[in-house]
Amino acid sequence: MDLNYSDEEQAFRAEVRAFLAENLPAEVSDKVRRGISLGKEGHEKWHATLNARGWLAYNWPREFGGAEWNAVQRHIFEEECAAAYAPRIVPFGLSMLAPVLQKFGTKEQQNHYLPRILSGEDWWCQGYSEPGAGSDLASLKTRAVRDGDHYVVNGQKTWTTLGQYANWIFCLVRTDPEAKQQEGISFLLIDMTTPGITVRPIVLLDGTPEVNEVFFDDVRVPVENLVGEENKGWTYAKYLLTHERTNIAGVGFSQAGLDAVKRIARIETANGRPLIENPHFAARLAQIEIDLMAMATTNMRIISQAASGQAPGVESSMLKVKGTIIRQEINDLTRRAVGPYAMPFASEAVEGDNAPIGPDYAGPVAAHYFNNRKLSIFGGSNEIQRGIIAKVKMGG
Amino acid sequence: MDFNLTEERQMLQDTLRRYLADRYTTSVRNTILDSDSGMSAEIWAGLAELGVIGALFSEEDGGFGGAGFDIATVFEELGRAGVVEPMLDSAILGGRLIAALGDDTQRGLLEEIIGGAAHLALAHGEPASRYDLTRVETTARVEGDGIVLNGRKAVVVNAEAAGHLIVSARESGGIFDLDGISLFLVPAGTPGVTLHGYPMLAGGRAAEVTLDNVHLPQSARLGAAGAGLAPLMDAIAAANVALCAECVGAMQSAVELTRGYLMTRKQFGRPIGTFQALQHRFADMLIELEQARSALINAAGHLDSADRDRQIAAARNLIARVGRLVAEEAIQMHGGIAMTQEYELAHIAKRIVMADHRFGDADYHLERFIALSAA
Repeated sequence: MDLNYSDEEQAFRAEVRAFLAENLPAEVSDKVRRGISLGKEGHEKWHATLNARGWLAYNWPREFGGAEWNAVQRHIFEEECAAAYAPRIVPFGLSMLAPVLQKFGTKEQQNHYLPRILSGEDWWCQGYSEPGAGSDLASLKTRAVRDGDHYVVNGQKTWTTLGQYANWIFCLVRTDPEAKQQEGISFLLIDMTTPGITVRPIVLLDGTPEVNEVFFDDVRVPVENLVGEENKGWTYAKYLLTHERTNIAGVGFSQAGLDAVKRIARIETANGRPLIENPHFAARLAQIEIDLMAMATTNMRIISQAASGQAPGVESSMLKVKGTIIRQEINDLTRRAVGPYAMPFASEAVEGDNAPIGPDYAGPVAAHYFNNRKLSIFGGSNEIQRGIIAKVKMGG
Repeated sequence: MDFNLTEERQMLQDTLRRYLADRYTTSVRNTILDSDSGMSAEIWAGLAELGVIGALFSEEDGGFGGAGFDIATVFEELGRAGVVEPMLDSAILGGRLIAALGDDTQRGLLEEIIGGAAHLALAHGEPASRYDLTRVETTARVEGDGIVLNGRKAVVVNAEAAGHLIVSARESGGIFDLDGISLFLVPAGTPGVTLHGYPMLAGGRAAEVTLDNVHLPQSARLGAAGAGLAPLMDAIAAANVALCAECVGAMQSAVELTRGYLMTRKQFGRPIGTFQALQHRFADMLIELEQARSALINAAGHLDSADRDRQIAAARNLIARVGRLVAEEAIQMHGGIAMTQEYELAHIAKRIVMADHRFGDADYHLERFIALSAA
């Protein structure tokens, strides 16, 4: 047992920190801290900065141009990025599609798509959920019917995050309606500019157009855009879902969030004293901090297992549930910490550079609180995760 | 970072787990619980022989361990098996105080403790002190070339079996002062010491101790006059790590028992573990148990660090909360069978919940965490 980082790991952390200090512009981190949208260009610019340093595809193997960091290095990087309020790396191409292509794609697909993800030429989005297929993803109905050298795709995807920026979408489609649910699904890459595709924004409860509906109306997709084998898509989908989960606990986000709420609670007052000294507030804050201290260690235990080659299994489900509960608790505490100035509907705080109505930290917190209700819903809802945990642990 | 046990600790864990699985069965323990002494001399000797007590002491004190993770390893296994023998009192609290403060003569006791021949008890808490370590009303007065103790000590665990009590008493200052608390090594049977013994709900025995003009020689003093609080806090910090570990081990057992029950108990024609309402609650138990294990690792890993007290307060708060959840949920999911005294879970659940009453419950440690974080 040794709870300390090795000298090598500490040196790596210093290197990351120095890089962020030098390359993360203050106006960008300020936007991230205040919850203001970066827009497509903002994200692309940050990706390019990371790519120039060779750190954009840090989870990719070297043969594909990645940094091939181990789980501990990734964790350190993610922790430092969260602490510095760096923009999050948009994951759809980099950490969702890319591992699938690297494992199951053809050489041609790898050579074509992977460099374009790195260069930012392509912005990918994810075509998984459908109006009738949420937690029960395998019940998806979007059809792809073979017609010569093409598949003809009809159906609808939904909750497509940042689909408004995307020029490509990876989709799960049903290619064999007669087979058992999981066995008739294929994994298709679809150019969003193909005729027959309509993208319609869904405005979320915090006012942001973060997600979209994507409609497919006789969309013709070349057969070479199939990944792997026809009707084996579920295998690839599951691989995608379980592959990139080191950051699922969101420990770095929680630590940054906890620091932020402490900062706010030292400024806000209650009964003439700093809010942080209020016994009820202090008790809630302390309990969350205590949970997070344990969570950070749980996370490191699982990461160090992964770094030594053991694949995290049911542990990622545990991290997902507890990690999202903690993040949502912090959002709730922060919302309450700012008092009445949580109330203005600060869509300009989310979308623009206008002067905030209350203190600058107050504008986005209620919106964040509502937006982050998604954490326990997406990526397999926390109820789905609990079901997985129970089944795995009782199966033995 | 490395979350694996060293080879030595792995061996200790395996040996102790095997020994307790063979020798400390539910029926053996239930017999111990019903006995007058509340413990088994045979088991105690067995544990000493295995080196379990020695693992809790450093080499210079005659053992071969003594670090936070040694304590965690031993007590997790004791907790897993629901052991009621007073390892916390004799080895951790008593043993560490003597190791830290004892003169050459007093340190002679260490060999007896490690060998299993001697027991100790810490008589510090008082009827009104609750969990406050600084509140000491018992007085020590120098009289001639001796010392006279007067006062009362509450819930002194293992007092009847102890060859010596380690008694805290105030030599100067007001009852809440940090300075002025002294420690004394009081042999059993010293005139003026009265024990009113009783069994405890979760096993083991304790006593209310009355000190009525107890005359001691100066040589009974343990450590410097008036400087007892810091070493007490050191010993109690180690005891808190031990309690955390005991709870984690016991929770592991509660979860195992619940798992087995969910898979085998049938109602409405199928195992009750197939019902989603129970599956999700079981999953929450598992998630929280991992949190508790992490909190234990944090506490054990910081036993010798500057951040010790804050880490320990955090761990005990979290483990108290999780402990209550696991104990109550395990009982609830078992249903009626868990309400019977002879079923293993009943004892395990009692050990988990009653640990909350030693050196501070969830609220106490939360408050302490807040105070230490603000400092």
